[in-house]
Amino acid sequence: METPAQGLGAEPRNRPSAGARLRLWLTDQGTPVLVVLLLLLAWEVAVRLFKVPQFILPGPWEIVRRMVVDWRLILANSTVTIEETLIGFAVSTLVGIPLAIGIVYSPLFEKVSYTVIVSLQTIPKVALAPILVLWFGYGLMPKVAVAFLISFFPIVISTVVGLRSVEQEMIYLARSLGASELQTFIKIRFPKALPNTFGGLKVGIGEAVVGSVVGEFIAAEKGLGYLQLVSNVHLDTVLTFAAVVAISLVGVVLFYAMSAVERLVIPWHQATQGR
Amino acid sequence: MPAGMSVEIENIRKLYHTRRGEDVEALSEVSTSIQAGEFVSVVGPSGCGKSTMMMLVSGLIKPSAGRIMVDHEMVTRPRSGVGIVFQRDVLLEWRSVLDNVLLPIEIKHLSRAAYVDKARDLLRLVGLEGFEAKYPSELSGGMRQRVAICRALVQEPGLLLMDEPFGALDALTREQMNVDLQRMWSLAGNTVVFITHSIEEAVFLSDRVLVMSPRPGRVVADLQVDLDRPRGSVARKDSKLVGLVDHIRHLFQVHGVLSEK
Repeated sequence: METPAQGLGAEPRNRPSAGARLRLWLTDQGTPVLVVLLLLLAWEVAVRLFKVPQFILPGPWEIVRRMVVDWRLILANSTVTIEETLIGFAVSTLVGIPLAIGIVYSPLFEKVSYTVIVSLQTIPKVALAPILVLWFGYGLMPKVAVAFLISFFPIVISTVVGLRSVEQEMIYLARSLGASELQTFIKIRFPKALPNTFGGLKVGIGEAVVGSVVGEFIAAEKGLGYLQLVSNVHLDTVLTFAAVVAISLVGVVLFYAMSAVERLVIPWHQATQGR
Repeated sequence: MPAGMSVEIENIRKLYHTRRGEDVEALSEVSTSIQAGEFVSVVGPSGCGKSTMMMLVSGLIKPSAGRIMVDHEMVTRPRSGVGIVFQRDVLLEWRSVLDNVLLPIEIKHLSRAAYVDKARDLLRLVGLEGFEAKYPSELSGGMRQRVAICRALVQEPGLLLMDEPFGALDALTREQMNVDLQRMWSLAGNTVVFITHSIEEAVFLSDRVLVMSPRPGRVVADLQVDLDRPRGSVARKDSKLVGLVDHIRHLFQVHGVLSEK
């Protein structure tokens, strides 16, 4: 008899002490953090050493200082960008997933929609933004539209891949049990696709941030893209950089938020990754 | 306890249409009769159509000619009372072990409560007691395949179809699985059609072994295995078993499947 306990890493290991954990974290995460800090330091030193004018390249210290001083301004504009991003992303998800289902279940729909989706994907969204402004005006809509257009492609493709990843044997098994098409979808295909879908959602949410910022570049009265553009015009390069950092932070936060949702929805998949 | 189902295979042929428009004959004129409660193995080289035969009996695919009767009823589509195990366990990764075993019950809209005990019993029988709440990813390959077997047995099928169920397992696990399967079968009393390319496994497990020729597959020998049960590791060295294994190996040599060169 194969002993059931074999091959299992499920036994809780002895928890190391706090000091040991800190040391583990430092060797694990410490090196990348250290490298980033060194790069920032080199940047700061170079800027001071060569007396680079601030409107060309401010040092990281100056950028951080500005972010602290102008936090209200940055936060207010971040909220705008986040709102546009989330709405665009939500629309992407609500359109993308049903589209993927349609593609997997109907060969005709696949042929028609793939052509449209791929041709749409190959158009640079920056090129579409002015047209969207023409149609939707200066408000929320054009930014949401760009965010949507740029983020729905990865969601569709990854969901299609996921829905198709079901093994033929599994389908046979379902059919041998007399499962209906709907049952097969709900109990097998859809959950099977979720890890892929979440991969697409994580890519998509980052893309959506890019989309709303691009939308703001074209025509806006608020948002981080707008803030960056305006500060650039005024040669307020420190604020321009601050806005860039804020955009990046928004992307990072939304990405990790998505990862947290993923862990909640498909905890079993984390288990397969041994985390 | 459900009685086993009988299987009648009458002159079946199966042609596959390739993309080039040619017909490939997978099975040619196969006939056999399997009694209720019998354990029958089908051995043959890769591509001899033995999996096709199992798929035909399951009703998942249709024969090009001939007919198949299960429990005296003609098979036209998948019917209830038939359990299937494939080489890949195809467990659902998002379901616990217990929920995987209960999948057939859920799909058939049967009462879960009525089968939970049965599922737990089956898991205990294969040594997976205490693993009910685990995810498949936490199990070894052999344990996963045990879960797949429990899933096939939970609805107490009269006929169990197994397509190289131990083909992906290491040799030691495989031997243990043979012994475990024998025990489960002796308790369940169902009919088993067991597809394998391991001659020894076929002989060890079966009441009867059907030997298939290379494509187009035909049954070239139908051999009875008169060996007492339960068969343990000692039985593997039994002269009758060894003799049968040699005989089948010789048949494969005659049909050009095995070569001395």
